[in-house]
Amino acid sequence: MEPITTITSTSIPIMKDNIDTDQLIPKQFLKNILKVGYGRHLFFDWRYDKDGKPNPDFILNKPERQGAEILVAGDNFGCGSSREHAVWALKDYGFKAVIAGGFSDIFYMNSTKNGFLAIKLPLDQREILAAAPADAKITVDLPKQEVRYDGNRFAFDIDPLWKHKFINGLDDIAITMQYEDQIEAYEKKMPQF
Amino acid sequence: MSQTMFDKIWDQHVITGKEGDPQLIYVDLHLLHEVTSPQAFEGLRENHRKVRRTDKTFATMDHNVPTKDIFNIKDEISRKQIDTLAKNAKEFGVRLAGMGDEDQGIIHVIGPQLGLTQPGMVIVCGDSHTATHGAFGSIAFGIGTSEVEHVLATQTIWQTKPKTMGIHVHGKLPKGVYAKDIIMGLIAREGVSFGTGYAAEFYGDTIEQMSMEERMTLSNMAIEGGAKIGTMRPDQTTFDYVAGRKYAPKNMAKAIEYWKQFYTDDESAFDRVIDFDVSDLAPFVSWGTNPGMAVPIDQPFPEIKNEDDQKAYDYVGLEPGQTAPEIPIEFAFFGSCTNGRLSDLKIAASVLKGHHIAPQVTALVVPGSRTVKEQAEKLGIDKIFKDAGCDWREPGCSACLGMNPDQVPAGVHCASTSNRNFEGRQGAGSRTHLASPAMVAAAAINGHFVDIRKAGVA
Repeated sequence: MEPITTITSTSIPIMKDNIDTDQLIPKQFLKNILKVGYGRHLFFDWRYDKDGKPNPDFILNKPERQGAEILVAGDNFGCGSSREHAVWALKDYGFKAVIAGGFSDIFYMNSTKNGFLAIKLPLDQREILAAAPADAKITVDLPKQEVRYDGNRFAFDIDPLWKHKFINGLDDIAITMQYEDQIEAYEKKMPQF
Repeated sequence: MSQTMFDKIWDQHVITGKEGDPQLIYVDLHLLHEVTSPQAFEGLRENHRKVRRTDKTFATMDHNVPTKDIFNIKDEISRKQIDTLAKNAKEFGVRLAGMGDEDQGIIHVIGPQLGLTQPGMVIVCGDSHTATHGAFGSIAFGIGTSEVEHVLATQTIWQTKPKTMGIHVHGKLPKGVYAKDIIMGLIAREGVSFGTGYAAEFYGDTIEQMSMEERMTLSNMAIEGGAKIGTMRPDQTTFDYVAGRKYAPKNMAKAIEYWKQFYTDDESAFDRVIDFDVSDLAPFVSWGTNPGMAVPIDQPFPEIKNEDDQKAYDYVGLEPGQTAPEIPIEFAFFGSCTNGRLSDLKIAASVLKGHHIAPQVTALVVPGSRTVKEQAEKLGIDKIFKDAGCDWREPGCSACLGMNPDQVPAGVHCASTSNRNFEGRQGAGSRTHLASPAMVAAAAINGHFVDIRKAGVA
């Protein structure tokens, strides 16, 4: 996993609540057996019309919004299906962080496994970020746990363990393997019936 | 200090870590399907890792499987995903109920059916409807593919202990009102994220009176209210259901003695308690694009309160003030991990018996598993569906999410026994209306929803 510390980038606001993972990546794109290549299908049904042409009104298709690495969204982001493809699609598109009012528990866990920052900020602060012009840069500073924009500093919470893993790009399985003795001991005392 | 059932099971499974921090939790049962596992196995292969406990791992194919001519998968990518799981299961020694196997079916239907799902367990699967297994008094939740890989390699998972919510469900369910209506009514009242960050437990006299299949319907949709876990106290109904199944404990007496320790001491142990009286509950129908956008059959669709409501109405082609009987139904889907079990098919068949579906309606019946299909056929239920003009199919997830060829055409309103009415879920442009199997059956007959309580069938 790539280590991640500070992101400074332009942003894309989609302030809708309850953006579910079916919208992030519809089921017809879950058939791949790889982790890459999902970016072009991100927000598929909103991004393309029936003939597969880009919908010019959708913000991801606006020329001035290209290259943004930060997504600003509504409440309960990533609800619904557990598909990790949603995080892979966001990352593959080029996003490095999403700032929302809240996240489904499964989406949040998936984001921590992929070095993708899911940051919770209240509505009033997100509204300031969502109003940022297309060329304005927002900074997400993970070590300091703050989002900076236009003189504002918005503090956010993150579990110290996830933070440590993000900053160091650590592999979960390798960490867990250090507890092998404890896992074995646990297995020995499990009830048998 | 009093504890919840969830606390007791959780505490027993902690390998390391302290409460409040991410803790390493042991996994008793890991269920796999073809969509969320290929990248996990690939990760193991790249790192020269094995599946730690093949005896605690079980796989099947459900999301992509065609429900007609199952051995002839026309979609090449679907076929590759199915073949990949078969190959991975063989290479890593994982038990597999593959295509055409007598145990094949929707993973959340076969786990309980095979007796793999048991009280007191921690159960995970790369699928959000893993919540279903909570009906047995287990901690069961959906995980992502990275977590699937982690569990395969270590039989453990890092999780931060959630808060607990008690959902007190009480009162006698009126005739024509079902478990599906309880969970839909609850989510309509509380919203689609009220359970986020919580492990929910359903309890109360209504739950105690329910069969295991009804309980599973309730737990299954806990995730639609945001709670990735929806448990229930295991009782005699639970023990009787598990006993005698293929992978049930050999020493049931010892198992039951162990399982009986899992209950919530008292309500004060929950971080939050909500109350839900079902005695006046009506059948629910969803009108919008998330499961919270639902109303009782006799109530009008709500006013537009925000942009999300406006978008939902635009998508489904309906208007505030209309009622469910005004929705023109042209498709009906019976099946899914929510309502694809034998009792669900029985209820739908009891409504359909002696009737024919409306000429403009296409109806698919997709049993939750091959066993459910065979049991239904033994009872002649397939014949009732076929006589009514429904298409009787092979088991799988099917039109619940349309990863296989079973999709609802764009613009068409579908009465569905499934769990999600998201935009495009059942097919691009599809308009899903969630309801109980009885309500879907009555809608298929009439070409629109009717109040099953007044139709006199239940």
